[in-house]
Amino acid sequence: MVNSGLDIELSFNQAMKGFGISPEIAHLLWLPLPMLLVLIAAVIGVLVTVWLERKVSAAAQQRIGPEYAGALGILQPMADGLKLLVKEDIIPARADSLLFTLGPILVLVPVILSWLIVPFGQNLLISNVGIGIFLWIALSSIQPIGLLMSGYASNNKYSLLGGLRAAAQSISYEIPLALSVLAIVLMTNSLSTVDIVQQQNGLGVISWNIWRQPVGFLIFWICALAECERLPFDLPEAEEELVAGYQTEYAGMKFALFYLGSYINLVLSALLVSVLYLGGWGFPIPVEWLASWLHQPIHSPIIEILTGSIGIIMTILKAYLLVFFAILLRWTTPRVRIDQLLDLGWKFLLPISLVNLLVTASLKLAFPLAFGG
Amino acid sequence: MHIAQYTELICFIILGAVIIIGSLGVVLLNNIVYSAFLLGGVFMSIAGLYLLLNASFVAAAQVLVYVGAVNVLIIFAIMLVNKREELSPIKGLKLRRFISGGVCACLLGLLIRVNLTTKWNMPGPASIGEGSTVRIGEHLFTDYLLPFELASVLLLMAMIGAIVLARRDVLNTDEETQEKINQEIIEEKKQPLLIDQSS
Repeated sequence: MVNSGLDIELSFNQAMKGFGISPEIAHLLWLPLPMLLVLIAAVIGVLVTVWLERKVSAAAQQRIGPEYAGALGILQPMADGLKLLVKEDIIPARADSLLFTLGPILVLVPVILSWLIVPFGQNLLISNVGIGIFLWIALSSIQPIGLLMSGYASNNKYSLLGGLRAAAQSISYEIPLALSVLAIVLMTNSLSTVDIVQQQNGLGVISWNIWRQPVGFLIFWICALAECERLPFDLPEAEEELVAGYQTEYAGMKFALFYLGSYINLVLSALLVSVLYLGGWGFPIPVEWLASWLHQPIHSPIIEILTGSIGIIMTILKAYLLVFFAILLRWTTPRVRIDQLLDLGWKFLLPISLVNLLVTASLKLAFPLAFGG
Repeated sequence: MHIAQYTELICFIILGAVIIIGSLGVVLLNNIVYSAFLLGGVFMSIAGLYLLLNASFVAAAQVLVYVGAVNVLIIFAIMLVNKREELSPIKGLKLRRFISGGVCACLLGLLIRVNLTTKWNMPGPASIGEGSTVRIGEHLFTDYLLPFELASVLLLMAMIGAIVLARRDVLNTDEETQEKINQEIIEEKKQPLLIDQSS
């Protein structure tokens, strides 16, 4: 496969060479840059999502929502974050202080690590690891341990119940999620997220996976919402029953870590849905066609910069459309009961995702051209 | 030495230390919850070792299966039966500890001896890196098909057994008293909580 498009790392290394710095040092200097960038992108993504959540919920309830902090209340999430930053950090007297501190970290770190595999363009991702999407599935399975840990360490029955519910929920929804991802991987012949996007972008919008995997798309979206503990699946923190679930005893920055983790997870899930099913960075009309209509060679610098920015904009646009949809869902649907939740996961989604996998495999054998031979 | 090699060495030393200290903690700590969480840490560090060996697929599978499934289930089980009771002291605990410690020390000695006497093929075969996923798949469905299928049958049997044990309502008689179990309690239709006031 010939790498096309921008390669910023190469340019960076060449620029460093120009300053007379050895390639090794240049590599060391390069390493933290994309990580820092993605961390910042993730946090800004959360701020935007929090603002959207406040505004959309206000609109759904016919209120105005945040208005005075910045234009349209755009600085409100910043104020929220600052407030959490200066709040007192309380550890309950009878709590297990070590596990109490470790819990939120274990919840947040895997989510941020998963951003490693989110591609914003051909070379615009931190690392194109071969196991790609499998890494995300493996990392997201660590999260329940953090939830159980914080639920246990709080020494509070609501927290413990919330932690147990959260773990039960993520275990049950991980399986249909992984099976629907497996159907995509079957069509792509690769686990790498870059390959998954490229496979979808041959014919623009027609070749997106959502048309070939409509059932898989729905399963994935439902499971992703359940993994993020969003309403209608926010049982672990159901206020009426469990106060705030495993977060009950948390305050200040530790609470903020949970908050950040759940919103980063939401944005990440939306990004991955767009990568797996909606063509990732692809424009509805392939950029190659546009370039040929404009009589521009595809590798000219202007077109490459244009392609790169279109890629980033498309990825973010698709992801935020999904986030918007998730927020609308949250403020318009009632919560399911725990038995309904587990029934839905085990008795409905699991068989359907197995059938989906089987159908995908047989379609792949029957029509190798359309389903990736 | 290259920078990458230094990093690898440092990572290996840290991971090794975490694995050894962590697994000692799993065995020696009195608090069972700490043991369970430490076990998760040990599994994670082993996944790190696989990563150092360029086996990223095996590392991810290790995290998914051992941390995400096995360890979560262990912690889950511990927390569901969250009893803080003082265990009654066992007779001859010191002797038992001494014997089990001796057995473990002998095992360690044996392993060290095997390690020192075996002629290791150094350096080993070059790693195939990202191609390993495909290679593992090929092996699982050709020459390792029988063990693979046997393992899945074994897991299925364990699962069915666990379901039968957990769902006592499928048994007709109580195991201890041999009396008939009233099946109706489980199958009983739910009574509406609110009295119907429409009539």
